[in-house]
Amino acid sequence: MSSEIVATESLSCSYREGRVLEDISFQVERGDYVGIVGPNGSGKSTLIKALLGLVSIGTGSARLFGTPLSGFRDWHKVGYLPQSLHLVNPVFPATVHETVGLGLLSLKCFPKRLNRDDTAKIDIVLDELGISDLKYKLIGELSGGQLQRVLLARAIVNNPELLVLDEPTAALDPETRGRFYTMIADINRTRGVTVLLVTHDSGAIGEHASKMLYLDKKLLFFGSFDQFCCSAEMSSLFGEHSQHLMCHRH
Amino acid sequence: MNLLEILSYGFIQRALLAGTLIALLCSVLGVFLVLRRLSLIGDGLAHVTFGSTAIALALKFYSVMSLLVTMPIVLLASLGILKLTEKGRLSGDAAIGLVSALGISAGIILASVGGGYNVDLLSYLFGNILSIRSEEVVIAALLCLGVMLMLTLYYHELFAISFSDELAKVSGIHTSFINALLVLLTALSVVLAMKLVGIMLISSLLIVPAAGALQLARGFKVCIMLAAVQGCSSVLIGIIVSIMANLPASATIVLVNLLFFAAACTIRRFIYPAHSN
Repeated sequence: MSSEIVATESLSCSYREGRVLEDISFQVERGDYVGIVGPNGSGKSTLIKALLGLVSIGTGSARLFGTPLSGFRDWHKVGYLPQSLHLVNPVFPATVHETVGLGLLSLKCFPKRLNRDDTAKIDIVLDELGISDLKYKLIGELSGGQLQRVLLARAIVNNPELLVLDEPTAALDPETRGRFYTMIADINRTRGVTVLLVTHDSGAIGEHASKMLYLDKKLLFFGSFDQFCCSAEMSSLFGEHSQHLMCHRH
Repeated sequence: MNLLEILSYGFIQRALLAGTLIALLCSVLGVFLVLRRLSLIGDGLAHVTFGSTAIALALKFYSVMSLLVTMPIVLLASLGILKLTEKGRLSGDAAIGLVSALGISAGIILASVGGGYNVDLLSYLFGNILSIRSEEVVIAALLCLGVMLMLTLYYHELFAISFSDELAKVSGIHTSFINALLVLLTALSVVLAMKLVGIMLISSLLIVPAAGALQLARGFKVCIMLAAVQGCSSVLIGIIVSIMANLPASATIVLVNLLFFAAACTIRRFIYPAHSN
């Protein structure tokens, strides 16, 4: 079994305003926990969206699980967690149970139907994330932290091999944020799930990431966390937080 | 006239049956449209139906036969709205407004060229459910069956795109196809609903049951069921009240619908006071 999970070759993306990503090439292996960092507007979210087929790739290519993106059909292998506040309509009438169930659709053929086994899977993941008591709550009634865990449950209920997270804790308080990142690290370690995490949270990266991808429209660094700690890029990105970042690891 | 006497008339039975079927379609589709912020698509497509009906009448296609002209035009217009939204750098409401303006202006010009407005065309402005014919009831039943079948088969995909297009795509759902399906089914329902409430009030049949259900529903399926109950009840009560009180059926149906909505808002304030503001 190939260990390549995500790969890009000379990938470039443009919006109307101009080029957002230029000549990005890297490869993520099975089990990696990759922290994607860079200044605001550096193209981090665009890179994630390009890898998931949510924005068009200008030139170059991307592969998921060794398959070119245009031909990729195994979406059940992928879990995706965007910034929740941008995502959820507060009047949307779905319960937590129904919302998590959406994560199972990638496993289903037409006509998609959820059965008792699926209900059991939803109950198990809700239990694992400690949110069983929210099962029948409407998503509009949840706090930011609860909503984030529900969306994480939706992303992992199908047992994905790759978990992609785009600034998932932007709206959370520091304590909830810490718990959330510990949860992601557990999923990475215990299930062997490959993690791609876009974040500004140096603490989370320092504590958990095995690799770093530093981006500012171009790829400035891709390698192990330890290499990144010794590089000039870390100081330029994190400045005074550099020490803090390293302290988490050592 | 008492209730039993009213129900004994064939034209009223046809109106009640066709009205309930159309209300069922519109209220279920309305939940998806409201949540996808496409609430006004009904209005836009109704205006296109007006224009296409003018074309049908100019071509001497009357009554049921006019559907042969209106259906394809309205289906194309619905896809046009979708394409304008996706590719035309326009928001959904602007795309609807554009297609709507085209439909209504084409209708007015054609009616004018064809010798002024006639009764057939005006009946589409305000609807006339009590004049519905047996063959129109059959068409309504068949289309209702087809649309409900599609909604059942694609329920989870429609639920997923209503929740989030982005997440639906990463779940492997063909969002372009499901979006197209939703607007096509809406177009079919709008053409049918024209006879019930007319152009002026058609969007209320799509929006108000969904808006009422959203006040009380605790769950997506429950929301769809509540919207269907409100939509069908409004039509049944509206038609009967309009006959008993000698009022226009279309406006009465819409007012009953709005009363249900007001009741739902009031009930919500008592049941969920913490979430009412």
